Amino acid sequence: MTVSDRSLSHDPYNIIITGVGGQGNVMASRVLGTMLVTKGYHVTIGETFGPSQRGGSVMSHLRISRTSSWSPQIPEYGAHLIASLEPAEATRVFAQYGNPDVIVICNTRPIYPVTVIRGEASYPSVDDIQKSLSTLAADTTFIDATDEAQKLGNSILANIIILGAICGKGVLPIDREGFRRAISERVKEEQIAVNVRAFDLGTELSSR
Amino acid sequence: MSYLTDTREGAVHLLMGNEAIVRGALEAGIRVAAGYPGTPSSEIIESFSKVAEQQDLYAEWSTNEKVALEVSAAASFAGLRTMCVMKQNGVNVASDFLLHLASSGTRGGMVLVACDDPGALSSVNEGESRIFARLVEIPLLEPGDFQEAKDLTRWAFELSEELGNVVLLRSVTRMSHASGNVTYGPLVRATTQARFRYDGPLFDPECGPVISMIVGASKLQHEPQQEKIRKAALIFEDCPFNTYTGPEKPELLVITSSACNLYSREAINILQAGERVGILKLATTWPLPPKLMQKYLSTADRILIVEEVLPVLEEQIKILYAEMVSELGAKTFFGKNSGHLPSTGELNPDFVITAISSILDISYSPVSQSFAGQARELASISAANRGLTFCPGCPHRASFWTIHNALELDGRNGFVCGDIGCYVMGTLPSGFSTVKTLHSMGSGTGIASGFGKLKQFGMDQPVISVCGDSTFFHAAMPALANAVHQRSPLTMVILDNSGTAMTGFQPHPGSSENVLGEDAPALDIEAICRAMGARVEIEDPFDLEATRAAFHRLIELEEGAKVLILKQPCALSPERRYTKGFEMSIDEEVCLGENCGCNRLCTRIFGCPGIIWDDKKGVSRIDELICVGCGVCADICPAGAIRKGEVS
Ligand code: SF4
Ligand code: SF4
Repeated sequence: MTVSDRSLSHDPYNIIITGVGGQGNVMASRVLGTMLVTKGYHVTIGETFGPSQRGGSVMSHLRISRTSSWSPQIPEYGAHLIASLEPAEATRVFAQYGNPDVIVICNTRPIYPVTVIRGEASYPSVDDIQKSLSTLAADTTFIDATDEAQKLGNSILANIIILGAICGKGVLPIDREGFRRAISERVKEEQIAVNVRAFDLGTELSSR
Repeated sequence: MSYLTDTREGAVHLLMGNEAIVRGALEAGIRVAAGYPGTPSSEIIESFSKVAEQQDLYAEWSTNEKVALEVSAAASFAGLRTMCVMKQNGVNVASDFLLHLASSGTRGGMVLVACDDPGALSSVNEGESRIFARLVEIPLLEPGDFQEAKDLTRWAFELSEELGNVVLLRSVTRMSHASGNVTYGPLVRATTQARFRYDGPLFDPECGPVISMIVGASKLQHEPQQEKIRKAALIFEDCPFNTYTGPEKPELLVITSSACNLYSREAINILQAGERVGILKLATTWPLPPKLMQKYLSTADRILIVEEVLPVLEEQIKILYAEMVSELGAKTFFGKNSGHLPSTGELNPDFVITAISSILDISYSPVSQSFAGQARELASISAANRGLTFCPGCPHRASFWTIHNALELDGRNGFVCGDIGCYVMGTLPSGFSTVKTLHSMGSGTGIASGFGKLKQFGMDQPVISVCGDSTFFHAAMPALANAVHQRSPLTMVILDNSGTAMTGFQPHPGSSENVLGEDAPALDIEAICRAMGARVEIEDPFDLEATRAAFHRLIELEEGAKVLILKQPCALSPERRYTKGFEMSIDEEVCLGENCGCNRLCTRIFGCPGIIWDDKKGVSRIDELICVGCGVCADICPAGAIRKGEVS
């Protein structure tokens, strides 16, 4: 089966990309959305920004459908795939939108909330988070996306690695070529190659 | 070429609601757009500016929303199509002129776009702009999805011209900032020339002088204005954007608009209640077209009205129903007043699911109780509340640090009156809880000016206000003028980070470039304050010692209005972003952690996210990914453990 006729397991197919302000979450969801619109899908993206840029939680909801636009907010417990750029955020989103069939992809690099920095709250080990999530979700993949992105020269590329990881799961009709086209509209010419490399890396890490 | 100006009719693009509004205006041949930045509206003017040259249109960020409306109105008076854009709070600012404009009427099509923020996701309140449509008697339109955000906008210009009045188009955060597929119509490149005709008789809508009212003669214009509203209701009877889907005789009729249309559709789909529930989606929400309403109200005995935030639609429908009750018979209404939907905050599909399932007695549970419990518990252990905080390297953190400490040291219970912007966080622990009053743009200084005059009634606390540079021009200048003229003893701190930071760094009259990227004369805040007669000092907030000294000097002066300008660019500004000032490090040998008697000052109190507490080692550590190297923390550590190094 080729990528383009891979059909969606659910319609609408619901994806949440989450993280902390400034991690490039909005960019990732727009690139993914563009890739799917190009393939003829209806995509609805709901996102919040604003003060969230100042260290708050941010979340993008993507609805992918053959037939129509859907609400920019996914109903509770209604996600099919949760991709998180930060481990604690994965659990926050899971509590509201997770279900026993969900696929979770998560970056391992924590960003400590101010409450933790101030010593008013604690942050558990990422291993514990991973263990708990894997008992609740159908499929969990944890990736050191920030470390890998730093190796590529810029920690912000963690979002693209996670995007590649979504592709690697094989649940969406997307591919590397589509990514190259979509990213070309958003970054400077000389940055396209490193973005594609990040995407490939993510695909490889999640399909292992 | 921007995807916004794709000339291929029928092309499909993934557009943000705000971009869809822009595309609709471009298809209508808009020539002038003006606004003041505010989330969730800001992308509209930004998008116009990107295509301005190509489409031969003019866009500006005005000093405030009232001025934006005036600039936009001028274009209409000269026969051009024009749009004015703001967030909900801005409509309050513009409302003085809006009331007059609604009375004088317009010429070229004029659309006022107000982006409300139900749930106050990025606002200090969830104000309702819809009520202004009734208050000033102009028609109100609300798009129900992304395609309609474009198409309805295009139509709004025609409606405005047909009525000769400004039209209010209301969006909400989940429409403005959400994205969906939009199919393009033909793009026109407007060629209308601007010409203001004023030589006809007074009140002539085409060629007379444009005036709102003459004292005592208001009836002359109020009656024709109401005639326009009656005409709008007639046009709305056949408006193609009011749609119905569902069975002919539903058990429950949902009446909704805007993003709530998407939530309602979703809820009906999930509950598989499409055979039982119909949706009347309204795009024209004021005035409501009576015949259309009667037709659909007659189809069902139970009616659920889904809207956010206030029951504006609900109340209008009930008024109409009261007038038709003899024909329609008994009905039951559900919505906010019945308690089936919350009366504050934004809605979502789940609220609508709950309402419909309780009315129709459908049981619905997406996951088991035990799964939900386990998932919630995991989040409660792992996901501590993130709270809001200033960015790493934000000059405001340094400013509030100094102000807070200086006020403590001063010991006279001085306090700060604040404004809105990133520095609202001055009310929170991340701003050391320094700010004690907070309202609208410019109010901090206005309130401080009032507090200052309470000396004669025994008030002896030093009074301080803070405002940002964009806010200074927006609304704080008149407040400072007042303080100077009334000899009110206050210290106004202008947190000048060179841009409208909160909403994404838009230029303002103090910037040397406008939204179109052209050179612009930058107004000098320091010179303005001096010219107003205030005593002015200017410092770099990253220089904690100099700032502290200046602040003390000013608050100790008993007389008159004093201004301290703290100038340092926003950490997210183009000039500072991605450039590290210093390579920071913490000497583990010197850092005393819990034992230093400083109560872990750097992490527990100062709280820059660039410093983290290493629990195992019992020392603080710099998070090299997050720290931007502003160097301020080096000056706050009493043990001298934090070091500034050169960037390699
Ligand atoms: S955006 Fe600028 S002003 Fe706002 S918190 Fe960040 S650095 Fe400070
Ligand atoms: S130098 Fe210190 S205060 Fe500045 S960003 Fe880094 S950790 Fe924060």
